[in-house]
Amino acid sequence: MDFLQNKFFLIALTFGFYLGGQLLQRRTGVKLLNPILIAIAAMIFFLLLCDIDYDTYKQGGDYIDFWLKPAVVALGVPLYKQLSTIKRQLLPLLLSELAGCVAGVVSVVVLAEMFGATREVVISLAPKAVTTPIAMEISNAMGGIAPLTAAVVVATGIFGGMTGFRIVRMSHIHSPIAEGLSIGTAAHAVGTSAAMERSERYGAFSSIGLTLNGLFTALLAPMILDLLGYSV
Amino acid sequence: MILQFGILFAFLVAGELVVRFTGIPIPSSIIGMVLLCASLKLGVVKLKWVEKLSGFLVHNLGFFFVPAGIGLMNCLGIIADQWMPIVFATVISTAIIIAVTGWVHQLTRSASAKLTHKIAKEAQ
Repeated sequence: MDFLQNKFFLIALTFGFYLGGQLLQRRTGVKLLNPILIAIAAMIFFLLLCDIDYDTYKQGGDYIDFWLKPAVVALGVPLYKQLSTIKRQLLPLLLSELAGCVAGVVSVVVLAEMFGATREVVISLAPKAVTTPIAMEISNAMGGIAPLTAAVVVATGIFGGMTGFRIVRMSHIHSPIAEGLSIGTAAHAVGTSAAMERSERYGAFSSIGLTLNGLFTALLAPMILDLLGYSV
Repeated sequence: MILQFGILFAFLVAGELVVRFTGIPIPSSIIGMVLLCASLKLGVVKLKWVEKLSGFLVHNLGFFFVPAGIGLMNCLGIIADQWMPIVFATVISTAIIIAVTGWVHQLTRSASAKLTHKIAKEAQ
C-alpha cells in the first residue's frame, strides 16, 4: 500500500482525475461537472479513503502548484494583445476595479459576520476574490487561516467561472469588456480560464480584472479589514 | 520551446528580484506578468518567443489550482462548523463583485465617451 503514497503516482492520479472531469464535462455538456471541482473532490475522496494525509499528497502536488507562478506570468501575453484597448479606457478600468475590490472585501466581511463566522474565518474569507498567492499572503499577514483561504479562493474561482456569464447577463452587463473584466475581478485565474474558453478577447479582459484586483486587494484589503475592526 | 521556458522563468525571476529588493507586498508572478507585457510592448521580447508556452499555460490555468483546492481536506472541521457563513458570504459577495465591477465600468465608459465626444465637438 506504500506505493499509493508515491509522489509520481499522486501526480499521475491528479492528471487522471482532471482528464476524467474534462471528458465527463464534454460528453455530458453539464457545466457543473467542472474538471477542477471533480479533480479536487475525487482526490480528497481518494486520500481520505486510503488514509493519506495532505502533507504526503503535497510532495507530489507541489510540482503542479509550482507551475501556477509561471502560468500567471504567461498571462502577460493576452494582456499585451489588449493593450491598446486598455489604454483607450484606462480611467473606466481603474474606477471599476477599485469599486469591485472594495465592494468585494467589504461585502464578504459583512456577510460572513452576519452569518456568524468567527474572526479567523472572516479574515480568511476577505481576500477570496484574488489569486491564491496574493490571497494567502494577506490571510497570513492579517491572522487568517491560509489553507482555508486557498480552498475558498479555488471554490470562488470555480463558482465564478461556472456562473459568471449568467450573473453578468442577469445584471444587464452587455459589453464584452465589462463582462470579461468583472469575471476576472471576482474569480481570478479560474474565472479567466472560463472566459478564455469563450474567446481570447474575453480572456484578456478577464486577466486585466484579475491583475488590477490583485494589485488593489494586496494594497487595500489590510486597510479595509483594519477599518472594519479586524486590525492585527 | 526551451527558449520559451527560459523567457517565462526569466520574467518570474525578475519579479522575485523586485519583491526581494523593494519589499512590495505583491506576488512576484503578478510583477513578472506586468514586466512581460511591458517588454512585449517595447519590442524587447517578440511575441513568437513566448506565444506557444504561454498559450498552453494560460489555457490550462485551472489545472494548476487543483493541489491548493485539495488543501480543503485540512480544514474540513472549520468548514463543517461554519459552512453557512463561508458558503453564503462567498457566493453572494462573488455576485456583488461581478455586478458592481460591470456596472461601474459601463457607467464610466459611457460617461467618458460622451465627454470625449463633447470635447471633439467643441474643438470643431
